Amino acid sequence: MNFELDDEQTMLRDTTRELLNRSYDAEKRNATSATDEGWNASVWKQFAELGLLGLPFAEADGGMGAGPVETMVVMTELGRALAPEPYLGGVLIPGGLIAAVGSADQRARLLPALSDGTTLSAFAHTEPGTRWPVATVTTNASQEGSGWTITGVKNPVLQGDSAHVVIVSATLPGGGTGLFLVDAEGSGVTRSTYATHDGRRGAQFTFTDAAAEQLGEGGDVTEAIVEAEVRAQAALCAEAIGIMTEALRLTTEYLKQRKQFGVPLAKFQTLTHRAADMYVALELASSMSLYATMAIADGVIDPTIASRAKLSVGRAAHQIGQEAIQMHGGIGMTAEYPVGHYVSRLVAIEHTLGASDDHLRVLAAGVSNYSMVNVTE
Amino acid sequence: MNLELTTEEVAFREEMRKFFTTEFSPELRARAAGFGKLTREDIVAGQQILNAHGLAVPHWPVEWGGKDWTPVQRHIYSEEMQLASVPNPLPFNVSMVGPVIAAFGSQEQKEKFLPATANADIWWCQGFSEPEAGSDLASLKTAAVRDGADYIVNGQKTWTTLAQHAEWIFCLVRTDASAQKRQAGISFLLIDLATPGITVRPIKLIDGSVEVNEVFFDNVRVPAENLVGEENKGWDYAKFLLGNERTGVTRVGFSKTLVATAKEKAREVRVGTGTLLDDPLFAARLAELENDLLALDLTQLRVVASSADGKPNPASSLLKLRGSELQQAATELLMDVAGPDSLPVNTVEIDSPEWAQQAAPRYLNYRKVSIYSGSSEVQRSIIASSILGL
Repeated sequence: MNFELDDEQTMLRDTTRELLNRSYDAEKRNATSATDEGWNASVWKQFAELGLLGLPFAEADGGMGAGPVETMVVMTELGRALAPEPYLGGVLIPGGLIAAVGSADQRARLLPALSDGTTLSAFAHTEPGTRWPVATVTTNASQEGSGWTITGVKNPVLQGDSAHVVIVSATLPGGGTGLFLVDAEGSGVTRSTYATHDGRRGAQFTFTDAAAEQLGEGGDVTEAIVEAEVRAQAALCAEAIGIMTEALRLTTEYLKQRKQFGVPLAKFQTLTHRAADMYVALELASSMSLYATMAIADGVIDPTIASRAKLSVGRAAHQIGQEAIQMHGGIGMTAEYPVGHYVSRLVAIEHTLGASDDHLRVLAAGVSNYSMVNVTE
Repeated sequence: MNLELTTEEVAFREEMRKFFTTEFSPELRARAAGFGKLTREDIVAGQQILNAHGLAVPHWPVEWGGKDWTPVQRHIYSEEMQLASVPNPLPFNVSMVGPVIAAFGSQEQKEKFLPATANADIWWCQGFSEPEAGSDLASLKTAAVRDGADYIVNGQKTWTTLAQHAEWIFCLVRTDASAQKRQAGISFLLIDLATPGITVRPIKLIDGSVEVNEVFFDNVRVPAENLVGEENKGWDYAKFLLGNERTGVTRVGFSKTLVATAKEKAREVRVGTGTLLDDPLFAARLAELENDLLALDLTQLRVVASSADGKPNPASSLLKLRGSELQQAATELLMDVAGPDSLPVNTVEIDSPEWAQQAAPRYLNYRKVSIYSGSSEVQRSIIASSILGL
């Protein structure tokens, strides 16, 4: 049992942190967020040069062949810096699906292009009016001769605004769920792009008999989608840990330097004890985030573990986010000061791939199946 | 980074599991699990079984019966003991005074006390808190004045746990009232409770039990050879002791066992056309508590895995704080599962089972865990100052 990063992972963390420190402060981040794309192409290029974009993909597919721990390390740094680049939604999730399901030709065509930063993708799975986990999608796939067409609505599609090719989940004619590659600019595709409250970007896609290419060999790929979600949930947890670490740091710094009634706020026990509770919540959530990643690294793809981590991280994010703003007072409400942006991102993560209540609902439905929850059996 | 135990650790866990589940009678373990009450004899007998197998004091120095275990092995030992509901060896003996004597005591003290302490031939109690010295322990007033070969002790201790069963008490006493810093005038003294001038008065608690006592010292003559270490250095030894005490109070295994019992019992309670366990509201509360316990379990493992250098981790305050909260949540859950059957107490020949009759007293009793050994507020202050720098 070992919870420490190895030397290479530590180096990856430090390199990523250094790049992001150089690229972003509160002002630069706000300026980047106000551009059309909402992220910075030159930072993206450096991600590609560092090998971050192809990190989890096999070397044969143009990637670095790294594991979930490396993904966790990068996601935590992105969270700490609140970097808006479309790393998870534009590369890791769709790339992971291509790597898992795609044919040799599709992998060769798409993964090197994702890894070198020239192509962006997105996973169009969530449909309006539904809650995680998605049981069946109402978007349908139809076979027309040798090709396929897709009809349906997907929203929100994270990073869907800048995607060149979209991976769409659709119900197959014979039942089951398939995955399809759709040209984001193709005919029969309507894309409405928007900014999300956390300064990121997304899109709604309406597909009307849109031409599509089946990803992989066909058949039901529900298992691959579940695996992609488990990996993405672990990555989101890791990002949230970086965000909460920074939110707590900002809060404790503020308590030390802000003076009222002639003394620093840190003299007031009602505040320092709440900061201590934030620390406790963060450490507990960190343990669960590590757990989610380490399980995947051990070859265990278990949606229950991912739900446990996301619930724990969600609860901590709720507490830390609200307390961070409250303990800053008025300055925490301003768009100029960073803490509110961190909280906005935490809220967005909460509502991506299952909110705390969704995960609790899933866990609660299973309590009668076992006697006790243990870390290892 | 990896989650798995090594093959050796898995084998060790199996060995511990087998030992705890075969060497201790099911009746004793059921009483310890909350289906009955543990007597003084139960606790002594339990510790003597451990000691007979060389497993009562694994964290002591090897020459005094300790095992040269890794932090992970120690954790497995303690976790498996709790999961099997084996009564814990007396904490006053094995976690508190034993390690202090082993680290700071004289050779004579070690020989006289350590074997008897490991075997529970002596039952120790802890004389730290006083009426005016609770969280602010350094303000203690009980005085020991040197008189020839003895100290004369006067004062009062309180909240002295299980002193009614004890033969000896280890006390913090003030030996230098003029010390510049309050902490610098305190010594660590071992006192035979049979010495004339000592009165032990029980304090009845909100659960109806007698668990703590007041201990009065009226011109009690204590041989100076019972001073541990140096005079006026007692505060250092107390800090050493409290560091040991706090990491031992997480008790995740204990809480997990209580929650598993609550779940098992909830299957037997009818709600509407199903059982309490089928109820979504109850299931959600249970699932959340199980998740909180898992998070603490993992956090404890992180601390254990990183403490290979033997240094105390400041995160032990987190473990104490959260461990207390979850023990309390677990006792509350079990009480709520007992529901109306938690109203009667100490009554035989009615349908309310014994575990249910004990659920509310245990809930009330467990309000103590966020108060003793540094209250939750003290732990928050430690986290704020020593970890967050506030």
